[in-house]
This record gives sequence, structure tokens and C-alpha cells, in this order.
Amino acid sequence: MIRVVLPHHLRTLAGVASEVTLRVDGAVTQRSVLDALEAAYPMLRGTIRDHTTQRRRPFLRFFACEQDLTHDPPDAPLPSAVGRGEEPFIVLGAIAGG
Amino acid sequence: MSGVRVLVGTRKGAFILESDGRRTDWTVGGPHFAGWEIYHLKGSPVDPDRLYASQTSSWFGQIVQRSDDGGKTWHQPGTPRGEPTTTPDGMPKGESNKFVYDASAATGSALTTHQWYDGSQRPWEFKRVWHLEPSLTDPDTVLAGVEDAALFRSTDGGRTWSEVAGLRGHGTGPQWQPGAGGLCLHTIIADPEDRDRLFVAISSAGAFRTDDGGRSWKPINRGLRSQYLPDPTAEVGHCVHRIAMHRSRPNVLFMQKHWDVLRSDDAGDSWTEVSGDLPTDFGFVIDVHANEPETIYVVPIKSDAEHFPPDGRLRVYRSRTGGNEWEALTRGLPQRHCYVNVLRDAMAVDSLDACGVYFGTTGGQVYASADAGDTWSAIVRDLPAVLSVEVQTLR
Repeated sequence: MIRVVLPHHLRTLAGVASEVTLRVDGAVTQRSVLDALEAAYPMLRGTIRDHTTQRRRPFLRFFACEQDLTHDPPDAPLPSAVGRGEEPFIVLGAIAGG
Repeated sequence: MSGVRVLVGTRKGAFILESDGRRTDWTVGGPHFAGWEIYHLKGSPVDPDRLYASQTSSWFGQIVQRSDDGGKTWHQPGTPRGEPTTTPDGMPKGESNKFVYDASAATGSALTTHQWYDGSQRPWEFKRVWHLEPSLTDPDTVLAGVEDAALFRSTDGGRTWSEVAGLRGHGTGPQWQPGAGGLCLHTIIADPEDRDRLFVAISSAGAFRTDDGGRSWKPINRGLRSQYLPDPTAEVGHCVHRIAMHRSRPNVLFMQKHWDVLRSDDAGDSWTEVSGDLPTDFGFVIDVHANEPETIYVVPIKSDAEHFPPDGRLRVYRSRTGGNEWEALTRGLPQRHCYVNVLRDAMAVDSLDACGVYFGTTGGQVYASADAGDTWSAIVRDLPAVLSVEVQTLR
């Protein structure tokens, strides 16, 4: 199972307490993880990626295994530790606005 | 017994203030959607328990929320609780958050760019819903005014949205450009006597009207004069801040423009300035007394550079003559050291016999008057900055 950590506001929106776990079939990538997340929690659709373009919203970042994966291609494999569920895929809200 | 429900949108959540018809003792509910910007929330005129809210965030985008029990509980109408989370073909739901501009040739509006601050053309890009206007006749039909400026309609209780594309496509769209607050469609008024007629206002484009249910539109800005335009009387480009109408006289409109207060007696075909003896005619809000269609209210703000009341004195101005002659209403409002603003969607009236008037400030106060503005008191003083105020009169 894939572990995903969401920022506070998205946890509230999805009605989850802490990290969520997802089953991802096939390659574990940003796209497949986010597809699985939105399928399980459709209220998050449009909040991480734009509804139409599927581009990451500008103030969000993707971290895992102490790496910033934000600008990696969406179909690039995530670190194997994420795929094994040993490390979470972290969706992070940028600190902005003072 | 009658009562009043005040719906307050703020920078950090929504609040619901309730009282009986005396309007002296209030309960304060909220924050709902804590931490999110709530640009607007409004109730259906035909089902007061049906509320719509625009929940938005620079981080996470746009969420539309709906309540079917007067604000006690909320849900995203595109993702109802207990229903499958995917469509039969496996696609995730969540469509209530989806606002996609219609650029199809079929609607005659293959419009993709508007004017940017530097005069160049820039693609339309959805940012947020500024205003939600429920139908006068159907609780499941609601209009949304959005940034970048466009009008959307839902006929399924907010589950899905489609653009009323004739507005952007009517011809002047490429000339619209954003004001300081963005290119936003912030005012939507339905004509209670003509179901095919709608008025909208956009900053900074002006006012527009349709007479055929949204298929075709025309600018209604004749008589507006804006010194910040190369042609001060241009057909579009005016920074209209707010328009108000009394239900009994849908051909009479009142406007607070960036500068100038104006009125129209012919459904917007022409406008006349009625700023009269106001201390400054810059401001954002304007509203009409529920029972006296010639009584109107504004809150003068010093200038576009100094967004606070003149002399640090918060004054509502009332005209009982439809403009030109104004009186300052000050009893109960701070008359020294007050430097708040009152934003365009942050004033509303109830429809009780003694008309109540309400407004919210960027300092977090929500003021109420149960006597048409003669005296005021704060329902709450320390909310986050208030973005919008709407009132439901419950009978």
C-alpha cells in the first residue's frame, strides 16, 4: 500500500485524520498515486492538480524520502521505498503569505 | 416568529449569525471551512435551508459547498456522501469543483484571451468563484460569477457547472482587463419579472445585460465616465464595483462604480450620476431598502489609494431620494480611528417590516441596524476580514 501525507486543509476536506493509504496498480508514479488518491477521495479532485490541465497547483510541492520530487516528470517512478510503503509520499503546502 | 440568518464569508472561514425578528440577541455559528477563504455564501430564495458557498484557496483551488439544512451540515454536491466515488466508467467524481471555460465553436464563443495589465492578450484562466446567485424559482439552479470573468450555471444543485458562454463571446471580451482585485464577475442580478433578463457586472469591464436567458449580451455602460480610461466614456473598461436593484422596480438599478454613484431608470440602457453631496463617491457596496425602493445605502471610502473611511469615521450614507441627497448614519458606528474597508459583497438587507441593514468590514466587524440605518450595533467584532454578507429573512 502507498502512504500519502496530505496538508491540513486537504485532510479536513477529505475527512481523514492523518496519512492515507492507497492501493496503486502498476508503476508507482506521481500520476498513478494522485489518480488513486482522487479516486478514493473525489472531493480532492482539482485541489492538487488543475481539473483540466492536470498540472500541479503552483503552491503545492511533492516530497518523499527527503527529496523534492515536485519538478520530476509525473510518470517518473517514485522512490522504491514509497512503493513498498516504507516511506510516505508527501503533498506539502508551500509556506507563503507571511 | 420571524427571524434573520446572516451569512458571512471571511478570509478564514464562514460564519452564520442568527437572531429572531427583534434582532437584538444573536448566536454566532462557525467557523465553517476554517482557514479557507469564503468569498461568498447565499441561500435560495425558494428554499431557505438550501445554501451555497464558495470555498477557495490560493493553494488548493475552488470548492463549491452546499447545505440542505440551513448551514448545520455541508457537503460538496459533486461528491455526495454515501454515493459511489467514481462514475460507472471509473472516473472520479468531484465535478462540483470543475469550472471549464467553453471555447467551443458550437456556442459561438471560441474566445480564449482577454487583455492583460500591459495591454497584451492573455489566456482566460479560472481562479475562483466570487459570487453565487441562486435562482429566484428553483433551488437547484444557481449562477456563479468567477475570476477570470465569466458566468457559469448549475441546474443540478451545484453538482456540475457549464459556462453561460454568450457573455464572454458577445464581442467585447478581448478588451476586458483585470482591476486591482483581478478580472472578476462579482454581481449577478436576476429580474424578478422577466426570467430571461439578467444583469452582471465585471471589474474592470462594466455592466452587461441579457434579455434572452444568457444567449446574447450587451454592455450597458452608457453614461458611465471613468477618467482612468483613454476614452472616459468607452463602451467597456469601467470598474463597476456593485449594482443593486429593488424587486418591485427591476428597471431601476443603482451602481457604485470605482468612483461615482449612479442610477439607471431604463434597465441599464443609460446611467446618471447621483453622487450628490457624498463626502467621497469612491466605495464598494451599494444596496436598496427592502420596503422603500428609493432609499439606498453606500459606505463612502476615501479613495482608491486609501481604502478606509474619510477622517477615520465609519459612516453609512443613506439617500431617501434615490441619490443626490445623502445623510450620514453614524449612531453606533466608530467615529474615530477607524480605518477598515467594506468590500463589494459585504452589505445586505433583510425584508422585515422595519428593514434591517447589515455590513461587514475588513476589520472583522459585522454591523447591524434593525431600524433602516438610524442606529447600529456590532453583532461580532473580531472575525477575520469580512468578504461578503448576505441575509435571509426567515418567516
